[in-house]
Amino acid sequence: MLYDVALEITYEYASPANAGRHALRLMPATIVGEQRLIHGQVHLVPGPSERLDRSDFFRNAVTDVAYRKSHSELSFRLNARIDRTAVPEAFDVSPSLSGMARELSSIQSLRPDEPVHFLAASPRLTLDPAFAVYAEEWIHPTMSALTAVETIGKALNADMSFDADATTVDTPVLEAFERRHGVCQDFSHIMIACLRSVGIPAGYVSGFLRTIPPEGQPRLEGADAMHAWVRAWCGIDVGWIEYDPTNAVRVGQDHIVVARGRDYGDVAPVKGVLRTAGPQTTDHKVDVIPR
Amino acid sequence: MNLEEKVKTGDRRYGLLKSYQPFPGVSDELLDPNGDVRPVWRPFLDHLSKLTAEEIENRFARGNQYLNDAGVYFRQYGQDGAHEREWPLSHIPVIISEDDWQVIAEGLTQRAELLEQVVADLYGDNHLVADGYLPASLIAQSPEWQRPLVGVRPKSGHFLHFLAFEIGRGPDGTWWVLSDRAQAPSGAGFALENRVATGRVFNEFFAKAHVQRLASFFRRFRDHLVELQGESDSRVSILTPGPMNDTYFEHAYIARYLGFMLLEGEDLTVENGRLMVRTVAGVRPVSVLWRRLDSAWADPVELNETSHIGTPGLVEAVREGSLTMINALGSGILETRALPAFLPRISQHLLGERLKLPNVATWWCGEAATRNYVKEHAETMMYSPALSTALPFTSAQTDFIGRDFSKFHKGILESWIDSRNEKLVAQEAVTLSTTPAYQDGELHPRPMSVRVFLARTTNGWEVMSGGFARIGRTDDASAIAMQSGGSAADVWIVGGNRPEKESLLHQTESPFFKAQPGALPSRAADNLFWLGRYVERAEGAVRLQRAYHARLMETADPDAPLVAMIGDYLDQIGVAPEEAIPDGLISMLESAVISASKVRDRFSVDGWLALNDLLQTAKGARRGMREHTDVPHAMGLLLRKITGFSGLVHENMYRFTGWRFLSIGRAMERAQRMSDLLSVFTAKDAPEGSLELLLEVGDSAMSMSRRYAVSLSQATVLDLLAMDTKNPRSVLYQLTEMKEHISILPGATEHGHLSELARSVLQIHTSLAIASPKTLTPEALSDLRDSIAFLTVELTDAYIR
Repeated sequence: MLYDVALEITYEYASPANAGRHALRLMPATIVGEQRLIHGQVHLVPGPSERLDRSDFFRNAVTDVAYRKSHSELSFRLNARIDRTAVPEAFDVSPSLSGMARELSSIQSLRPDEPVHFLAASPRLTLDPAFAVYAEEWIHPTMSALTAVETIGKALNADMSFDADATTVDTPVLEAFERRHGVCQDFSHIMIACLRSVGIPAGYVSGFLRTIPPEGQPRLEGADAMHAWVRAWCGIDVGWIEYDPTNAVRVGQDHIVVARGRDYGDVAPVKGVLRTAGPQTTDHKVDVIPR
Repeated sequence: MNLEEKVKTGDRRYGLLKSYQPFPGVSDELLDPNGDVRPVWRPFLDHLSKLTAEEIENRFARGNQYLNDAGVYFRQYGQDGAHEREWPLSHIPVIISEDDWQVIAEGLTQRAELLEQVVADLYGDNHLVADGYLPASLIAQSPEWQRPLVGVRPKSGHFLHFLAFEIGRGPDGTWWVLSDRAQAPSGAGFALENRVATGRVFNEFFAKAHVQRLASFFRRFRDHLVELQGESDSRVSILTPGPMNDTYFEHAYIARYLGFMLLEGEDLTVENGRLMVRTVAGVRPVSVLWRRLDSAWADPVELNETSHIGTPGLVEAVREGSLTMINALGSGILETRALPAFLPRISQHLLGERLKLPNVATWWCGEAATRNYVKEHAETMMYSPALSTALPFTSAQTDFIGRDFSKFHKGILESWIDSRNEKLVAQEAVTLSTTPAYQDGELHPRPMSVRVFLARTTNGWEVMSGGFARIGRTDDASAIAMQSGGSAADVWIVGGNRPEKESLLHQTESPFFKAQPGALPSRAADNLFWLGRYVERAEGAVRLQRAYHARLMETADPDAPLVAMIGDYLDQIGVAPEEAIPDGLISMLESAVISASKVRDRFSVDGWLALNDLLQTAKGARRGMREHTDVPHAMGLLLRKITGFSGLVHENMYRFTGWRFLSIGRAMERAQRMSDLLSVFTAKDAPEGSLELLLEVGDSAMSMSRRYAVSLSQATVLDLLAMDTKNPRSVLYQLTEMKEHISILPGATEHGHLSELARSVLQIHTSLAIASPKTLTPEALSDLRDSIAFLTVELTDAYIR
């Protein structure tokens, strides 16, 4: 499926910022067998004093920009065309939960894709016992890892309500979990914390959802902004699978991957530091149109 | 002969050892296993025995006085927050023989080489993990393994340049490595201060005792840093987390000692992949940064995003290869508590050698076989979080000894070990050797560990001949941390070749030491400017408060017109006149101390002490003041202390740019305050006595009677306090000062044009110079005040923002 993606993120500062440095993770990824970036540009207004494109530890594309001139507005625009292939659903040959530890300990590598990076607490995710208590209600040691992922994902989706106004990007995960509400970021973080707590390595994926669903299908939550979902490692044979807890679906052709990491902090679309005194307002628009 | 009898023999020879009773099964630095004083200690003990208790106390007091005068302090964290406390020096040095030291030095040099290879592998090819020498999950789960640095080769070719090792002596007399410090090791500066203080305590003895000197170590490390900088106009700097850090004193001390700039994260910026320091002369490159800041906090864009003390883009500068970090970002991974479990095998693998100096036996509980071993020996172990990077014995919350669990049912400890699994590390619960500490006229054995410092120099790793010993308060080794009441001692390496006397200040043989290009960081300029302002502001408030209370005592009527007017004026500047020592005044002094604390590397210890003394005097007076009739007296005292401080600073400070900012701050405050006072107290309805008040507050009564034979008039007061070019209290005099300072600041003239700031100050100066007492109406004076106030904005725009 071919998509044209347009994203615009704008900031307005009450008092002009006289310097700033940002790391942008906006460009969709190319993933062999799943997704191909045909073309894409990140456009910035005003133009930055410096710009550098690189990739990070997890192989995500990063654009570093620095501003040294005073500015009161800033906009980042992405235009990209992506070819997204359907991910074939594999047979469930994943090990049982009790067998995961053995497979994990056989891994002798720190390559970015290895599950060892995705099992412990990460900067934005502490593994409060509450997550384990919740997750263990739904699983048992003989359950396969893949079934456990889908079971926990469905349970969370049923127990939590989507509420765009309840949380912000900085709301602690535990707080969103206790109140059982939030947006895709909260759904994903909570699911990741639950999976890690029962020994399933899990990471965070940022990306886009097609804006208008195929005919006859409901519109998915999260299509009007950047979206987020979960990837989970289900043993050496199955490897990584992706699951969208906000919509309780396995990730397929409607999802476009931008960046992958341990939690939101690793993939935040715009990360950075400003030298400014006053408050700021921000706006965020997305269009994902199938061609 | 058994141990007890031997100690009795010692008793006869040395009265000091009357109660010196080493613990069974623990080795002692002073006494050998037979209870004889070790040869390396004998000369020192002979010397100490000749002194009376009183003489010893006097000598100790001399050492303390030195530390006090040098401003050495230690920040302690308690329940009521952090406060500075006196440096806890244990005056008896730890004496180690050159032969022993040689073994330590060789062992630690080998370990430094090994750690360099380990960290290079962890941020490089990862063979150690691939080949099974290190578990992947241990590294991947550590918050100290900084993913953004993976694959980044250090510019200098080396990750590690400065290391510290905490070592202790075990019961069998051999030395053990207790902990590796590779992140941003502290203590080397304190070791120097301990040395100076202890050297003063035992001055005649020290001079003849053949103790190895420390200064050459620092000199060669400094030379190494300067070499790394290359042939450029760039700088070597020290990065500190700031004055709230517990070892900030040491950062400032080392910066002063080595002549490097002391910077905070906000002083720095990254431009096109180069690290730059913001100075009053614009941005300037920094090519070597000795960080005293943990990696995670160094860059909020790529590392810990919540850091407010980092520099955005620092990692990029490292990646671009324009910056050498001492040590490389990410080196904190080497401090991981579980790592020593793997080092013996890694040493065989990488170096083909056994560890020359063993580390404390360590077991990572993430593997079943190891865990079983630990469970079998559960009571002899100390347990800590596997990923902890804290020093052993420093955190009672996380470290505990298995034997303390023995009172519980046996199974509890085992099942706990199983449940903690890979999160747990067990270490042999070592007993540290004891060394003498002086207490109540006698020596007592106390547990100790020694911190040894290694620096990379042109000739490879060099070990500092000495170190920093931590001495326990009681016989409990776990109370060895200074936070829990332990103390610090100097370490003397004795024997071998006669040491050459050298210090950093007296060196002739260093051909390539070049002075750092001088440029004042903007933040330092800002703090110096405000220091000048606050001190002057406090002086003004003190003078007014004194005038108020003197008049109140005369009239005993707070509603008398002049008294009431001064009272209102004081209120407006935030000083409540009815309080004897107003809070507003205290907070001005506190602000001055805060500003000064941020630039301690830039002005003298005497100045710092005088300023603190000033604040303490004011606070003391507030507590001790009984009657308001004391106020004029107290204010007089404060005034003398303020002038004392100003005198110290202005007489002794080198005329660098920093001094100019301090002076501009003072001049600006004084000119602004005086023009304001004049505009208020020369108003038409100003009460009788206003002119005398102005003269008094302007400290110009004497100048008045000398200059003007005629009687007091508004015109003569204005002439003297606004326009006189020779009276340092006059507005014009201060404007002249400012004009001169500003004309010398960087960028004051660009391409033959005056900067905006220089133009403004010239304009104000000129218009006042051509004024006359007649044209200086209250309105004109308040305009003058406003235009002086605006200079602060222009100064900030030009140099500080």
